[in-house]
Amino acid sequence: MGDSPAPVLSFEECRRLFETVQRAAKSLGVSDVEALIAGHREALTRFANNTIHQNVAEQAQWLSVRVLLDHKTARATTNRFDADSIKSAVEQALALTKSVAPDPDLLPLAPPAPIPQIPRFDSATAEATPVYRARKVSEAIRLVEGAGQTAAGIYSTGQAVEAIFNSQGVAGWHSETSAQFSITAMARDSSGWAKASTAALSAMDPIELARRASDKARLSANPQELPPGQYTVVLEPAAVLDLVGQMFGDFSATALHDQRSFLTDRLGKKLFGENIDIYDDVAHPMQSGTPYDGEGVPRRRLTLVEAGVPRDVAYSRASAQRAGVEPTGHGFPLPNEIGEAPMNIVIAGGNTSIGDMIASTPRGILVTRLWYIREVDPYEKIMTGMTRDGTFLIEDGRMVAGLRNFRFNQGIIDLLNNVEALSPAVRASGEEAFDMVVPAMKAREFHFTEVTRF
Amino acid sequence: MKQLALQALDSALVPGVSYADVRVIESRDRDLSTKNGKPGQVSSAESAGLGIRVLADGCWGFAATDDMSKPGVEATARLAVDIARSSALAKKRDVVLAPENKYEVTWTSPCHIDPFTVSVEEQLSLLLAVDAELRRKSGVTLAQTAMVFHRNRQIFVSSLGSVIDQTRTFSGAGFEALSFKEDEIQKRSYPNSFGGQHQLKGYELIHELALLDHAPRAAEEAVALHSADQCPEGRFDLILDSSQIGLQVHESIGHPIELDRVLGSEANYAGMSFLTLDKLNNLRYGSEIVNAVCDARVEHGPGLGTFAFDDEGVPAQSADIIRAGQFVGYMTSRETAAAVGQPRSNGTMRATSWARLPLIRMTNVSLLPGEQTLDEVFGGVSHAIAMETNKSWSIDDKRYNFQFGCEIAWEIRDGKRVRMYKNPTYSGITTEFWNSCAAIANRDHWTLWGVPNCGKGQPEQVIGTGHGASPSRFHNIKIGAAYGG
Repeated sequence: MGDSPAPVLSFEECRRLFETVQRAAKSLGVSDVEALIAGHREALTRFANNTIHQNVAEQAQWLSVRVLLDHKTARATTNRFDADSIKSAVEQALALTKSVAPDPDLLPLAPPAPIPQIPRFDSATAEATPVYRARKVSEAIRLVEGAGQTAAGIYSTGQAVEAIFNSQGVAGWHSETSAQFSITAMARDSSGWAKASTAALSAMDPIELARRASDKARLSANPQELPPGQYTVVLEPAAVLDLVGQMFGDFSATALHDQRSFLTDRLGKKLFGENIDIYDDVAHPMQSGTPYDGEGVPRRRLTLVEAGVPRDVAYSRASAQRAGVEPTGHGFPLPNEIGEAPMNIVIAGGNTSIGDMIASTPRGILVTRLWYIREVDPYEKIMTGMTRDGTFLIEDGRMVAGLRNFRFNQGIIDLLNNVEALSPAVRASGEEAFDMVVPAMKAREFHFTEVTRF
Repeated sequence: MKQLALQALDSALVPGVSYADVRVIESRDRDLSTKNGKPGQVSSAESAGLGIRVLADGCWGFAATDDMSKPGVEATARLAVDIARSSALAKKRDVVLAPENKYEVTWTSPCHIDPFTVSVEEQLSLLLAVDAELRRKSGVTLAQTAMVFHRNRQIFVSSLGSVIDQTRTFSGAGFEALSFKEDEIQKRSYPNSFGGQHQLKGYELIHELALLDHAPRAAEEAVALHSADQCPEGRFDLILDSSQIGLQVHESIGHPIELDRVLGSEANYAGMSFLTLDKLNNLRYGSEIVNAVCDARVEHGPGLGTFAFDDEGVPAQSADIIRAGQFVGYMTSRETAAAVGQPRSNGTMRATSWARLPLIRMTNVSLLPGEQTLDEVFGGVSHAIAMETNKSWSIDDKRYNFQFGCEIAWEIRDGKRVRMYKNPTYSGITTEFWNSCAAIANRDHWTLWGVPNCGKGQPEQVIGTGHGASPSRFHNIKIGAAYGG
């Protein structure tokens, strides 16, 4: 991390804004009030056809007020921080609150608890200029163009601050930076893709990502068509993330209470293979996000799956109260109907490299990336989607050809029972799930149901 | 707002800038929901800000801020210009824009009952009544309802001299009943899944939807699905209700006709399109009864893509997309129209907020009504499977191969429902599917649906689109592969 960080909103600025909220609330006779305060400054340089075609920056902030009164609560949000606008937001929150019927189960505001600081702010990333991004992008384009291919992608950098204060004394503040580079290299009848995200841009190498995408496009040229069926697959981390990542909203006490979780009647029972261990851990060095939840409760580490058995689920204060347990710090801002979810997933890795997975496969398919993943069956957790940008036939331990892309219909439960090998876990970034720390997986009997035209 | 927009435009027009536009936007939202008899979301939000787009040294730059002080606006204009100039480090050629006229217009969308003047108590009371009605049915394990309202005033000014002041009001509502039993979760929604129906209307939409009247049937069907037979696997004639047709149009006509996708702008994220330029006027997209348009005009209806001007100052238009089965048109912008030699944009550039850059987005991409009665759609063949209400949707990144799931299906014999099926899915290749279209119901059964959650762009922009459709029949479609062996 760099020196002299300059977050878009400091702790003191947020605290003063909350004092303005409290004064406005007091003038309206309201003593129980909570404020979420956020700001970000982000920029994204986008390229296609080997040229920068869109190039944007935005600065935004907002303040969201929640009022509690007579077992009722509601929220109003504004992006204007002058005293009159803040008072207006408090008035709106109060008016909405008075419109709601009392809920005897509604909890008072969260009490304060120690919140650990997790430094994830990098000055160089916060201050990256358009020229810096454009130069890196130009370099990446030159590499792909030099291979006779066409490049498209993004390079984004930015910083964000999130804070929560309430009249019980909760005072949470978190700042972090992020950098993301994604690139697709396209050849005549093939393509390759690579993507990474990190808190500090110095930890990311856009040129290496460009090389990886370009190599995949080259190696998958002249794709063969394989019939649909069940195949052994090597899923690269982004593919694991985007598919397995679809199930974590179900690791929620509220989802279980609502009987909309696939874990209904399955918690504590062996559901996946014994080689599957999954955690939620905001403090993991490859993770990101606030160390507290939407009510200011510090996040705890959860063991979501242990040796294939679903163990912990996330609890908000409300669902914890209902179950008679302690909240885990995973609640969403109130009021909401979803409850909570783990947001810092870490799937434990193994020791098998992707190269060794390929080498041990007599016949199979390597999948770089999955796309447009949607749930077909909510209880069996069958998902459908497509392969994209680098699908390869493995024969006799070698990648021998590119393949036309498949549609899959695959149950996540079945997939996690069929895992034969795991690579070390990395921070993966895709397009269908938020970033997680996941390994590559080799799995048998993956269901490809159709082949598309390219 | 107008003065602010003109000040921002003035700040952006420095030497080297060949074009600039500014959008100043104030928006207001109200979100209400219930779950099993209790309020869920009860919230309001207001936002104001501006976005400045410039063409400098032949390249685009865009910067947005909610700091609307004079120094804040000036700094944002400088940033937009700096960004554009940095783009020139990787420039192949200068951006060229198709010509457009100057307009000075003030326009407000039709809104008979301002939803923000209807009390939250009244709105929540209706949702809770629906919620209670759903839970009256034994076996319903989760009842959820929602209502959303959005108003957006935008001042657009450009270096062409345009000053366009538009205010649009949107409403949406819907509900769902879920039933968990043994090893199944089943669901029925009304009037559509994923939030219901959304239109460019006021609170009159909520009255028209008659939510409470439809709750008992949805609850009954959610529970009955547990006892229904599994939808068979094989090839069958398929009848889709208008909401599912709307989504089918969205995915397999709307996205592939975005000319920026065709030209590669979205290659890294949303993907490209099978509709390469050689296909224009040279592809049988569908059967002869298939006609589709992209129409943002008020005359088309109160869609989520209805407006007076798009977000780069081009008037709302209707463009033919498929005429008697032939592919005849793309959705364009000023830049992409010029890139393919067309004289003018057909006006589809839209942004989700002041903070985001306008992109080509579906306005109202609609399948025009056919000539058949509903009886003819259902009874035109001796045997078919009819599916209702989307449950899952997926399509590849060039928009060839799709798979959809629906909440419920019925076996149809001689035009009559004879059996309920659960877990129906169908799949296919876009052009093969539309070429198998055998019947489209007439205007009496045509609905302009709102899809509120269309994603595109980096950073992603989730926007609402409109899709007119009526129930339609397709011949020999692959059904049930998702659950097949």
